Amino acid sequence: MKEYIKMIAVLSAITAVCGFLLASIKTGTEERIEEQILLNVKGPAVNQVLKSSTNDLIKDRKEIVINDKKYVVFVGKKDNNTWAVTFESGGGGFGGDIGVMVGYNLETDMLTGIGITTHKETPGVGSKVTGNLFTRNFTDKSITDIFKIKQDGGVIYAVTGATISSKGVCSAVQKSIALYPEIKEKILEE
Amino acid sequence: MEKTLTKEFTKGFWEILPPFRLVLGLCPVLAVTKYAENGIGMGLATTFVLLFSNIIISSLKSIIPKKVRIAAYIVIIATFVVIVELLMQAFFFPIYEKLGIFIPLIVVNCIILGRAEAFASKNPIYLSAADGLGVGLGFTLSLFFVGSLREILGYGSFLGMDIMWETFKPFSFMIEAPGAFVCLGLLLAVINLISKK
Repeated sequence: MKEYIKMIAVLSAITAVCGFLLASIKTGTEERIEEQILLNVKGPAVNQVLKSSTNDLIKDRKEIVINDKKYVVFVGKKDNNTWAVTFESGGGGFGGDIGVMVGYNLETDMLTGIGITTHKETPGVGSKVTGNLFTRNFTDKSITDIFKIKQDGGVIYAVTGATISSKGVCSAVQKSIALYPEIKEKILEE
Repeated sequence: MEKTLTKEFTKGFWEILPPFRLVLGLCPVLAVTKYAENGIGMGLATTFVLLFSNIIISSLKSIIPKKVRIAAYIVIIATFVVIVELLMQAFFFPIYEKLGIFIPLIVVNCIILGRAEAFASKNPIYLSAADGLGVGLGFTLSLFFVGSLREILGYGSFLGMDIMWETFKPFSFMIEAPGAFVCLGLLLAVINLISKK
């Protein structure tokens, strides 16, 4: 009996200490990890869609709350004038959600471009939606355009053999455009 | 047989060098050695876990009941693996991204549980630390060696720099999974040949 109690006590004590240690390290590194993800996963896409900006895009990010949901908005500035914003949105692709960073020019309400942040599409087929050949479809389109593939009556040329992936990106862009007016309003308020 | 600090430290580099002499921990050897750089990253992460789990297990050896020792060891090892994962994510993000799932898989790396069971649970703390560090660094060197070989032959580069002559055609078999097996097998054969007296 005494042996059982000792086993239970020792194991519980070890797991409790380990749990506490992990929780404290997790809180300690949380902020830095978030920053690293922004820099390494979203950074390249953000820099691509807002490429003519002169400010530090990652550092000048803002958090905007719409309908209790938090959006990280990256603001592009040229000579201290805010000219463009971008934020991430997602759409269902072939292998899972596709993360799409959509950039908007605040003056003309046109898309400055899109960049794919994360995806699980088939390498060599669906993954082609990350390439410039597909993403440049979206550049300099107006937000009033129909962001669907050509077969569905839209303005986007789908990647051959990757219709579902292409539609996923389109739906992410549509969701993003639905949010854009509110985000624009809040950015211009500041 | 007398146990000294240097002896316990240096045995990891030849006498029980993983994965060649101690044929354990083959999964990361096969999986992450496409590039020499990945090999170093994986090796150092394993060394960190090995060193600290050895120290903790050795210092707790008298209070851990025999019957639940494996469960206790795994909890301790898993804790250090998560710590190394979080630290790599925070400070070495690019290499963390490349290693991906293989960082959490260090938990099931036989070398670590093997050293805990075979050495740390029977020896004093300072010897266990030397053992963990030695075996870990030996593992790092092995991964680096396999990684360099595969990177040089498979990509024609070393640590990301092109080093082969211009007309060199990369031997892309080496960077595929079967290439890893062949590479490891040949190295094992060579090492057995050397160590056979």
